[in-house]
Amino acid sequence: MSLFFTMLVPYLMLLVALWGLIRRVDLWGALTHGAEEGVKVSLRIMPPLIGLLTAVYMLRASGALDMLGEALGPALTALGIPPETIGLLLVRPVSGSAALGVGAELIETYGPDSLVGRTAAVMLGSTETTFYTIAVYFGAAKIAKTRYAVPAALCADAAGFLAAAWAVRLLFGAG
Amino acid sequence: MAMSVIWTVMVGAAILCGLATGNGPAVAKGALDGAAAGVELCLSMMGVLCLWMGVMEVMERSGLAGGLSRLMRPVLRWLYPGFAKNKPVMDRVSANFSANLLGLGNAATPLGLEAARLMAERTPGVASDGLCMLVVCNTASLQLIPTTVASLRAGAGSAAPFDILPAVWLASVISVTVGITAAKVFARLWR
Repeated sequence: MSLFFTMLVPYLMLLVALWGLIRRVDLWGALTHGAEEGVKVSLRIMPPLIGLLTAVYMLRASGALDMLGEALGPALTALGIPPETIGLLLVRPVSGSAALGVGAELIETYGPDSLVGRTAAVMLGSTETTFYTIAVYFGAAKIAKTRYAVPAALCADAAGFLAAAWAVRLLFGAG
Repeated sequence: MAMSVIWTVMVGAAILCGLATGNGPAVAKGALDGAAAGVELCLSMMGVLCLWMGVMEVMERSGLAGGLSRLMRPVLRWLYPGFAKNKPVMDRVSANFSANLLGLGNAATPLGLEAARLMAERTPGVASDGLCMLVVCNTASLQLIPTTVASLRAGAGSAAPFDILPAVWLASVISVTVGITAAKVFARLWR
C-alpha cells in the first residue's frame, strides 16, 4: 500500500501523459506552460514567505512559540493535536502565506517525516484560508447578511485540524 | 492590512519575549536566518511545484476537468437544491468544484465568484442557503493532490513527499462532510 502511494506520482505522470496524447493535447506545450506558471507562483509567494519566515524564526528563537505550545499544550494534547502546531492553528484561517510560512518552519525544524512535520503538512493540505475566502466571496456578491456561513465554515476548519492530527496518528503511528 | 498587523505583532512579541528570556541575540540571528530560509524554501520547492502545475495543465487541457464536473452533477444538485434548475449557476458551480479538486486555484476562484454573484441576484445583500453552501465548500479544501505541501516536504528532504496523501484525503473528507452537514443543519435552524 505504501509502495502504491510512493509510486503514485510517476504513475500519475505517465497516465496523464498517455491520456493527453490520446486526446491530442499539445502535451509538451501544456507541461512547459504549467511549469512556467509554477515559476510565477514560486516567485509570487517568495516575498511574503521571506517576511513571514523572518518573523516566525524570530518567534521560534525567542522561545515564544514554545511558551505558547506549553500554555495551550494540555488542551491540544487532550484533543490529540501535537501542541507544537499551535501557531499553525492560529494563522491558518486568516492568511494562506502566513500558514505556509509557519508550516514550512515546523516541517524544517521537526523534519518532514516526523509526527509534527506530517501533521503540519496534512493540516495545510486539508484546510483553506477560511476568513480570506469568505471575505472575497461575500465581497464579490455584495452580501451584508452572511447568516450561518461563518460558523459552518469554522466547523469544517475545526474538524479538518482534528482529523489531520488523528489521520497522521492513525496512518503513521505516534512516532 | 490584516497581514501588516499580524507581522508587527509577531516581530514585537518575538523581541519582547526574547529580551525577557535572555534570548535577545538568538532573536536577532533568527531574523537573518529566517529571511535566508524564505529564499531557500521557495527555490527548494520550485521544481516539484512546476512539475505538478505542468501535469495539472495537461489534465485541464485534455478535458479531465470537464469530465469531473459532469460526474459531480448529481451531488451538486443535492448540495444546491435552490439552484438545481438554474443552468448558468450550476455550470459555474460544477466548474468551480472540479477546478478545486484538481488544485487549479487560479481557475476556481473566478468561477466561484461568478456563481456567487449570480446566486446573489435572487436575494440581494442576503446570503441564500445556496450561497452559504458555496462559501463553505470553498473554505474547505477539496484538492486531490496538495501540490504546494508536497513540494514543501520534498524541499525539506522528505523520503516520500506524497506519502501524506491518504491522510490528507481522510482529513479533507471529514472536514468537508462536517462543513456540509453544518450548513445543511444550520439552514433549517437559522432564521
